[in-house]
Amino acid sequence: MKRSRKREKKISAIRLYRRYVGIHIRSTMQYKTSFLLTTVGQFIFSFNVLIGITFLFNRFHQVADFTYSEVLICYAIVLMEFALAEMFGRGFDLFSGMVKHGEFDRVLVRPRNEILQVLGSKFELSRIGRMFQAVIVFIYGLLTADIDWNRWKVMTVVLMLIGGSLLFAGIFMIQAGMCFFTLEGLEFMNILTDAAREYGKYPVSIYGKPVLLFCTFLVPYALIQYYPLLVILGRTARLWYSFLPLAAAMFLIPCLLFWRFGVRCYRSSGS
Amino acid sequence: MKKYLSFFRMRFLTGLQYRAAAAAGIATQFAWGFLEILVYRAFYQADAAAFPMEFSAVVNYIWLQQALLALFVPWLMETEIFSAIVDGNVAYELCRPVHIYHMWFARLLAHRISSALLRCAPILFISLFLPAPYGLTLPTDPLTGILFLLTLILGTLITVSIGVVIYICCFFTISAQGIRIFYSAACELLAGQIVPLPFMPDVIRRVLEILPFASMQNVPLRVFSGDLCGHQLVWAIALQLFWLAVLMAAGWRFAVHAETRIVVQGG
Repeated sequence: MKRSRKREKKISAIRLYRRYVGIHIRSTMQYKTSFLLTTVGQFIFSFNVLIGITFLFNRFHQVADFTYSEVLICYAIVLMEFALAEMFGRGFDLFSGMVKHGEFDRVLVRPRNEILQVLGSKFELSRIGRMFQAVIVFIYGLLTADIDWNRWKVMTVVLMLIGGSLLFAGIFMIQAGMCFFTLEGLEFMNILTDAAREYGKYPVSIYGKPVLLFCTFLVPYALIQYYPLLVILGRTARLWYSFLPLAAAMFLIPCLLFWRFGVRCYRSSGS
Repeated sequence: MKKYLSFFRMRFLTGLQYRAAAAAGIATQFAWGFLEILVYRAFYQADAAAFPMEFSAVVNYIWLQQALLALFVPWLMETEIFSAIVDGNVAYELCRPVHIYHMWFARLLAHRISSALLRCAPILFISLFLPAPYGLTLPTDPLTGILFLLTLILGTLITVSIGVVIYICCFFTISAQGIRIFYSAACELLAGQIVPLPFMPDVIRRVLEILPFASMQNVPLRVFSGDLCGHQLVWAIALQLFWLAVLMAAGWRFAVHAETRIVVQGG
């Protein structure tokens, strides 16, 4: 009896989230031009990064043993991971506004999980622009890079996408959790989000050992990018590297704990 | 003249209010600058012979770009002006006994300089003391320093004069979103904010060097480390003066033209 009720609640949570997404998509579609422009803007700005990579490789041909196509695959995967995280987790990214305006009070009095409500507070469809480009670049990388694909490698890519978007979502969550203490969104947090996307275009190893160590053990960017990439490119015999993105997803646990802690300390800003 | 100076002072004082935001921004810019340098180090290690500039010149370029970010980033504009055009408050601006072109020019210039002054000092100071290949190196002779300041001023004025043209465009398009996106994206790439111009393929570089975008940050940042000197430098300064004159004249004409056919939004 108890179990079935729990299950019911879970299903209705999914239904509720779908409802939220539906509302956001409909409201976005009310302003079609604005949506189109933002989407195109997302596309163009990521396109600039791509042009930058192309120019550099035009001159240097390879960096730390990675060729142009290989870097493109890396770039495309990170961009997809980030776009997914941003599409669904944008509510956390914009959370400082919610705290500042006291809207979080309303969230707390509703008989629903607050994480679900924050997630549902925004659904950023315009990130499709980024996604679209990432997919094109990925396909181009696939066609030009010298990789013989098998099921294992396809699975690795899927795991990277799942682990990566969860990791970025976790970071958005920390960013949001900080707002409980600071009210204001903190610009330096975008070292962990925007900079990670921007510089994640190259495999982490090219930044040198200290950065690689940081990205392996502290904030596990390397686990969703560099190590599994080695498996895909056939550079390593350690096939277990494919599962590292799942380990990176574990990063979500401390993020969740931090968020919970933040919620407990929450004091309404009163406005 | 006095009235423009007071616009300038007002904007400057407002900018100074946001010191905490500036402090957070500095930390971010450090991280970005550092990662950017590491990228170029990796490429340098891959093929040093293909490097078009001295490594130290690239490092200088990156630190200066981070420190002087507020002078040159295309997206830094005053949102109040855009919303004033949309909601009709621009009518008040037009009533003032100052021409909007001069007023907006002074305001945008002040906005950029105040943000840059707040942010640049700590970044420049700390990057000076970083270990050898990764730190900022000062120019050896005073002439380079003077030329750097001169080109820096010209570059900033060019950036601002294009910004004012964007403001005025909004009289016709009302919504600023589209123009801003396209201008920011184009400027970022063409001005060498993504990749410094010398790293671009030769054919593309030669074309870009003539465009006004190359007169913005490209010139002063390369003068600083002596990458741009001699004939090329004289040519670059002449081009900067040319573009500044053209852009200001065109902006002024555009503003006068816009004024005769403005429809103020009600609301």
